[in-house]
Amino acid sequence: MPEIRNFTLNFGPAHPAAHGVLRLVLEMDGEVIQRADPHIGLLHRGTEKLAESKIYNQSIGYMDRLDYVSMMCNEHGYVLALEKMMGIEAPIRAQYIRVMFDEITRILNHLLWIGAHALDVGAMTMFLYAFREREDLMDVYEAVSGARLHATYYRPGGVYRDLPDTMPMFEKSRWHSEAEVRRLNKNRGGTVLDFIEDFTTRFPKYVDEYETLLTDNRIWKQRLVDIGIVSPERALQLGLTGAMLRGSGVEWDLRKKQPYEVYDKINFDIPVGTNGDSYDRYLVRVEEMRQSNIIIKQCVDWLKKNPGPVILDDNKVAPPPRTAMKSDMEALIHHFKLATEGYCLPEGEAYAAIEHPKGEFGCYIVSDGANKPYRLKIRAPGFAHMSAMDELTKGHMLADVVTIIGTMDIVFGEVDR
Amino acid sequence: MSTAASTALQTLQTELEISLAEAIQNSTIAFKELTIEILPVDLLRVAKTLRDKHSFEILIDLCGVDYLTYGKSEWDSDVSSFSRGVTRKNDGLFDFDKSSATVEYDGKRYAVVTHLLSIKNNNRLRLKVFCEDNDMPTVDSLDSIWNGVNWFEREAFDLYGILFSNHPDLRRILTDYGFVGHPFRKDFPLEGQVEMRYDEQSERVIYEPVSIESRVAVPRVIRPSEKAESKASEAKD
Repeated sequence: MPEIRNFTLNFGPAHPAAHGVLRLVLEMDGEVIQRADPHIGLLHRGTEKLAESKIYNQSIGYMDRLDYVSMMCNEHGYVLALEKMMGIEAPIRAQYIRVMFDEITRILNHLLWIGAHALDVGAMTMFLYAFREREDLMDVYEAVSGARLHATYYRPGGVYRDLPDTMPMFEKSRWHSEAEVRRLNKNRGGTVLDFIEDFTTRFPKYVDEYETLLTDNRIWKQRLVDIGIVSPERALQLGLTGAMLRGSGVEWDLRKKQPYEVYDKINFDIPVGTNGDSYDRYLVRVEEMRQSNIIIKQCVDWLKKNPGPVILDDNKVAPPPRTAMKSDMEALIHHFKLATEGYCLPEGEAYAAIEHPKGEFGCYIVSDGANKPYRLKIRAPGFAHMSAMDELTKGHMLADVVTIIGTMDIVFGEVDR
Repeated sequence: MSTAASTALQTLQTELEISLAEAIQNSTIAFKELTIEILPVDLLRVAKTLRDKHSFEILIDLCGVDYLTYGKSEWDSDVSSFSRGVTRKNDGLFDFDKSSATVEYDGKRYAVVTHLLSIKNNNRLRLKVFCEDNDMPTVDSLDSIWNGVNWFEREAFDLYGILFSNHPDLRRILTDYGFVGHPFRKDFPLEGQVEMRYDEQSERVIYEPVSIESRVAVPRVIRPSEKAESKASEAKD
């Protein structure tokens, strides 16, 4: 009898289901996976090293580019670590704005996840549906920050500016006829908050739409149920966080357990799974979208009623308003100092974490008292999830690898940093 | 954070001091976080106690820190006049041809910092270990205590050259195949050692020494915080 040997299969790094630049070296016994060895680092940019040579505020923009589908949440983790070391707290309105944008970002992230995950598994339509809604939310990003993706909106001590009073409108062009422009602008007549409120009333219906396509879909269930099961004990051992941990039935959410900003003033629920398989994680994330929608609604209500400052009035940390700079020399000096030298953090080290759409995102800053971080470590949830790849895929078929990559919600910007 | 949370932190500190007494070199609460520092020899024992007795079930993060240039600024903020441009000092630091072991540094240069989280008690802990040997920094691998640490240790090895004994699979993880050096060490230049391009003559990709020069746009400057200054002046009075 001829000798039967396992063979090695190379998956990626340019495979469409590899979510970017994952290279998997799979050791297969027939179609069954014996060992998976992910090779990461193809997108390594040395963000942490770059941050060491920049003043603190200049690195906020780098945070957007880590997990490039949940931009503002990354900024939030970084900014919180800075605020912790400086001993400052953002004004209450800024905190509500941050919570609102964190949840908008969570929906953005989960929409991309559900689209890409379903596409990998074979449901083409989901991708189109999910991107339709993402468009609205990215317009909100653009309205407040000027950028659809890499917003750089959060600052230590608050947010860059208050929410604008108008929502940008479409104009008639070669691509949009007059009737189409009228349709597109229908809910853009009011403020940004009105637009977001309109979105929150529409959104639950959209989630229902996704669920009719997937939740009871025979093929979807065949591909997801009992794939990549993680027991709660193993999930803790492997350092999984976020939906990966909650899918296994561990009720752990930093927004509830270690509340930051104004999460303790907001009502929402934490969904948890029971079996810890891919299908449970799908259900958890879908419910998270609904809960995020509820949080956004509460934030919009509060923000409409309570105007106020959105950034600290401390010119050692936040630059003075532009109008003041034109007439006040003191303000000009403050701005000049902040732009050229930045601010110094006290000596010490701090770690701040937030509940990122993917799990626990944290920033560990070591400062020696300078205007640049001595060491910045970014704890990316995807990195820990990716390292569990081998254990999750063992014994599954090749096609299930795609499901597992999808269920882990991997984005290489943060895994490789 | 409420006072209840800060007393919880102090309770944890005393609990740890009782159960780990002789192992703890230093324990501090700063920025509402508890840090304990231990010696590398005690690492595995302490980690096991922390997991089993104090229920730190999750290892959130592990990273290396290089203390080579800690507290050094590029700009002296005390003198009354200074030049505007700053060129990075070459200090005879990492040279591609020489080994980095030539760098003189007294004191322990590399630290391994671990962040732990307890879901049961809802608290966090930072565990700090300084490696004994600067030329070959080595600590024990925590892989047998928390399986999730595998990649974090590989990352610390890749970026800082810290060795983890008894690690099941200590390979490079983030840098390119065939990369030389440990890029996050403070004596490794930001712009790197080599650059890569396609050479038409030899019809392949070649590596050359970097041609970009490092330029410091904003110098690193250390200024004492106002709080520290007012404290110092109080002490003087």
